[in-house]
Amino acid sequence: MKVSIVGASGYGGGELLRLLLQHPHVEVHQCTSERNAGKPVTRLHPNLRKQTKMNFARIAELEEVDCIFVALPHTEAMKRFHQFSVRADRIVDLSADFRLKDPETYKHWYGTDHLLPERLPEFVYGNVELHREEMKTAKYISGAGCNATATILGLWPLFKSGLADSAYPVVAEAKCGSSEGGNRASEASHHPERSGCVRSYKPTGHRHAAEMAQELGTPVHFSATSIEMVRGILVTAHLFVKEGVAEKDIWKTYRQVYGDEPFIRIIKEKQGIYRYPEPKLLSGTNYCDIGFEMDGNRLVVMSAIDNLMKGAAGQAVHAMNVMCGFEETAGLGFAGLHPI
Amino acid sequence: MAECPVCGYEFDLPPNTEEGEIISCEDCGSELEVTGKDSVQEAPAEEEDWGE
Repeated sequence: MKVSIVGASGYGGGELLRLLLQHPHVEVHQCTSERNAGKPVTRLHPNLRKQTKMNFARIAELEEVDCIFVALPHTEAMKRFHQFSVRADRIVDLSADFRLKDPETYKHWYGTDHLLPERLPEFVYGNVELHREEMKTAKYISGAGCNATATILGLWPLFKSGLADSAYPVVAEAKCGSSEGGNRASEASHHPERSGCVRSYKPTGHRHAAEMAQELGTPVHFSATSIEMVRGILVTAHLFVKEGVAEKDIWKTYRQVYGDEPFIRIIKEKQGIYRYPEPKLLSGTNYCDIGFEMDGNRLVVMSAIDNLMKGAAGQAVHAMNVMCGFEETAGLGFAGLHPI
Repeated sequence: MAECPVCGYEFDLPPNTEEGEIISCEDCGSELEVTGKDSVQEAPAEEEDWGE
């Protein structure tokens, strides 16, 4: 199958390229970058030297393929949707443009009108674990936000099973790696300023909270803190479970919902160095590791991912695999490194 | 059929398992002490306080 990546100069696009070059059923046809057109892709993604000799193309040069991955900044995918849809039957968009089903909710969180509200029902939200069956017949997939993915995957079984007590609010805090901010430098990302920071960059009002509410059916009071880490997210969520719910019930619920999921692991060990989910071990992998601990009726859920993988490119390839009928793990077998 | 007291996972004890033997739960990894033909209990573990 032929695929192209639009907006391949960013971190998300680079990860897509890394994964798709190794994918057993995919041939990467073109990679675009308006700023870098004509330059070798390895100029921006040096880890791919000897993996590809491709040069960046322009969007205007896109040729017909089976699937286009779009990794452009927010609002660009909906502005150019028709340009892409005439060149590929299937589209996987990594931006936020098609994540929210309600155009009014989109406007509230993104401060601009949605340009293609009639297309929103055609996009399936990108968490395979929640939307596998819809993806099998879909043509368009909207990649889920990275913080949203970590939070949703940790909490979803508890709401789906009815164990969570919805009378109490859910609070979640994410520790995030700097690559979430993309590959453009700013004063805030300047090394002397950024290095060593534990920066509360969105204590309230994070846009991914809209996705969490949409997918979980309940609001999540979410805060994000940027820490000294390049890749990775660790979400610590606090919620209350109904009276009488025991630790075994939580185990059984996660086992029932995620037992057959290839990219979800429940991590809760009493011995060893890594007893709970640890983002460092997930670098480059498509896993979401989930752990939990109970304190009476309070349940603390920890979930970790690589923001560029399970939170972006890996999730997108997983979704493509489901949409196209490939084995779900194709191109995503990397187990991570230890030590790292 | 034994049941892990930690996570509720049900499993058959390996053949020739002896009472007092320590095995691991295949699901949650907890160390379990075999207490009978189809029964286990959580094995005592050394605690670390991690600076607490």
